[in-house]
Amino acid sequence: MKMIRNLGARLLLPRAGEGGPTKWGRMRARSEQRCGSPSSVAHSHDTFSREREKGRALVRPLALFVLFLATPAQAFTAYVSNEKGNSVTVIDTDKLEAIKTIKVGRRPRGIELSKDNSELYICAGDDDTIQVLDTKTLKITGNLPSGPDPELMILSPDGKTVYVSNENDNLVTMIDTKTKRQVGDVPVGVEPEGMAISPDGRILVNTSETTNMAHLIDTQTKQILANVLVDARPRFAAFKPDASELWVSSEIGGTVAVIDPQTHAVTQKIRFEIPGLTKEAIQPIGISFTRDGKRAFVALGPANRVAVIDTQTKKIEKYLLVGQRVWHLAFTPDEKYLLTANGVSNDVSIIDLASLKVLKSIPVGAFPWGIVVATK
Amino acid sequence: MMKSCVIGASVAVLLAILPAAAEPLRVKFGVLRQQHSSETLSILDLPAEDDAIAGALIGVADDNTTGRFTGQSYEAIDRKLAPGDDAAAAAQKLVDEGAVAIVADLSADDLLHVADALKQRDTLLFNISAPDDRLREQDCRVNVIHVAPTRSMLADALTQYLVWKQWRRWFVIKGSHPEDERFAEAIRASAKKFGAKIVDERIYVDTEGGRRSDSGSVQTQRLIPPLTQGAPAYDVLIAADESEVFGNYLPYRTWDPRPVAGSAGLFPTSWDASHEQWGATQLQNRFRKEFRRSMNARDHQAWVAARMIGEAATRSGSADPKALSAYLLGPDFSIAAFKGVRLSVRPWNRQLRQPILLSDGRMTVSVSPQEGFLHQTSELDTLGVDKPETKCRLQ
Repeated sequence: MKMIRNLGARLLLPRAGEGGPTKWGRMRARSEQRCGSPSSVAHSHDTFSREREKGRALVRPLALFVLFLATPAQAFTAYVSNEKGNSVTVIDTDKLEAIKTIKVGRRPRGIELSKDNSELYICAGDDDTIQVLDTKTLKITGNLPSGPDPELMILSPDGKTVYVSNENDNLVTMIDTKTKRQVGDVPVGVEPEGMAISPDGRILVNTSETTNMAHLIDTQTKQILANVLVDARPRFAAFKPDASELWVSSEIGGTVAVIDPQTHAVTQKIRFEIPGLTKEAIQPIGISFTRDGKRAFVALGPANRVAVIDTQTKKIEKYLLVGQRVWHLAFTPDEKYLLTANGVSNDVSIIDLASLKVLKSIPVGAFPWGIVVATK
Repeated sequence: MMKSCVIGASVAVLLAILPAAAEPLRVKFGVLRQQHSSETLSILDLPAEDDAIAGALIGVADDNTTGRFTGQSYEAIDRKLAPGDDAAAAAQKLVDEGAVAIVADLSADDLLHVADALKQRDTLLFNISAPDDRLREQDCRVNVIHVAPTRSMLADALTQYLVWKQWRRWFVIKGSHPEDERFAEAIRASAKKFGAKIVDERIYVDTEGGRRSDSGSVQTQRLIPPLTQGAPAYDVLIAADESEVFGNYLPYRTWDPRPVAGSAGLFPTSWDASHEQWGATQLQNRFRKEFRRSMNARDHQAWVAARMIGEAATRSGSADPKALSAYLLGPDFSIAAFKGVRLSVRPWNRQLRQPILLSDGRMTVSVSPQEGFLHQTSELDTLGVDKPETKCRLQ
């Protein structure tokens, strides 16, 4: 049974240890061809296809060269939730490899670290709970009382409250991280998902997937301040670090709405075009801003790419080819790397931010979804 | 009606709690539905009393959740036709009662009849039932949006998968009713389009018997092998049996050990109770919680229609059928329906483009369009009659 269950992953991916960019690039090329990916023009600008065009002989030296260029990085720990694997993979960002897999509850998706990094909160949707993992012992120590089917959460800037979207009952729940008790809830639209908090902790944002809205909630009064209509199936929200803009990605609508948090108006919509891909294939999900707020990275789901966006002009600088169905993103604290969780190819891509190149893919568990990196 | 009252009441409570816009916009639509045949081969497929309307009511509940933030309220009027009732008269009455749109679960003939009768009325029809290609081709109407997929879309979805599997030699058995022949016709056209070969075609004549008996399997087990005997070498047996006379008798009983597809075995459908990808679990859960049964394709199509009405009213801020129609046919419209990609409307014949599930009733086996079937505008348009071939002249 076990052999058969793992076969899917084996077919797509190199096993740990024999990974490396070389083999990965080759595998990716092959699997894309087999799947009949529409055109090679589509990714002619990325490293791997360029390597591919130059022929196999060149692939290994070129990729190694890219790796050697990289200066040694600080070691951080990344955590990846594996939606179907019912596990969390721990990655060492110095070695760039998975060092441990922890069994957790069923259907883990959203994950967050406590401010002191001592605890990892894991939304275990099918167990209707949030598990608390001790990051030292890597053991589950308890639960947070969420509503049914928790999917994503966000921690208040002071670390005292965790805000959770519960897909099944149209509620956002507020939980005290110390007492581990619910301290309030707010009714929102159908299928709440994306969660964001303003840097001052005052405005909480929730997106509801079927209502197609971003709900702006006052964290003091627990009342909705505004409901902003966005395109179909909004899945993620993030404030620009200076709080001047709120970005909301719409998976099915294929856009990112830029919202003015003061006037609650949609000031701009960012659209994506990738040669050779139809618009249905481009499905924005995770958004990550660099700390200086100058650049945003947007995961484009089954388009298998991450868009690099200049936040000033809102122009797309580049599309980076990563693994299949990319969900969420996380920076290393030194902003040397961006890590992407790729749901269908069961791996995490490492993007080098200085060169804007994809360095490596790390095999993880089945259907990686959420990703966070510890700051310490 | 009971259920819609309950939903209406809970919305009123929510409206009272939450701050809403000054004057709520009321959006009322009709659900005009027919009694579906209870002559199904499997007891699992017997139509429920609330068939189709249940999906519309979940859509209304979803619309109302959005509406409590936008100051809109939605209501569905359920109208079930008895055999012999005049569908056009019932539709006129719904418009008189203030329905801005009618979600129609009707046969092709009834739908055309209603569309023509409402030509001068200000309303919009959503076809959630009739798969007939002619309604989107030579008999297309300007006041009808088709949510239900066509036979050609269903056949193409199945063909793409069978071709991807390299199961290209087909043995077709069709029923003796006109709709069976129409599905067989779609299968033939699809085989030609994607390079499959029909090596044999036979007819299963309906002898007008009942579907139930206490020892049915004993006879069926003896009947099907000779019926499928002596066919040239084939990869897959395709049943064209919309009338539910023999399709589900075929799997596991064929002379040669071959898979069955079409109206039984692996079937193409817009929705199935077993579908759970792309967040579909959420919708299945909402439906089951409310109606204590599973959601079928008609329920889902009614839900999509109700959501289309909701989306159009929310985005256009209007309940005027002209404004709704303009939004739905415009370039900005797209809707999420738990099928992985956005659904939109083909402007040339008002057919909703959508992925088609291939299901065995237990599991979503695959979803078409299959990878590698390319199209210059939307891969969804590799399913069904495409713009260059359309015979539709909207009027």
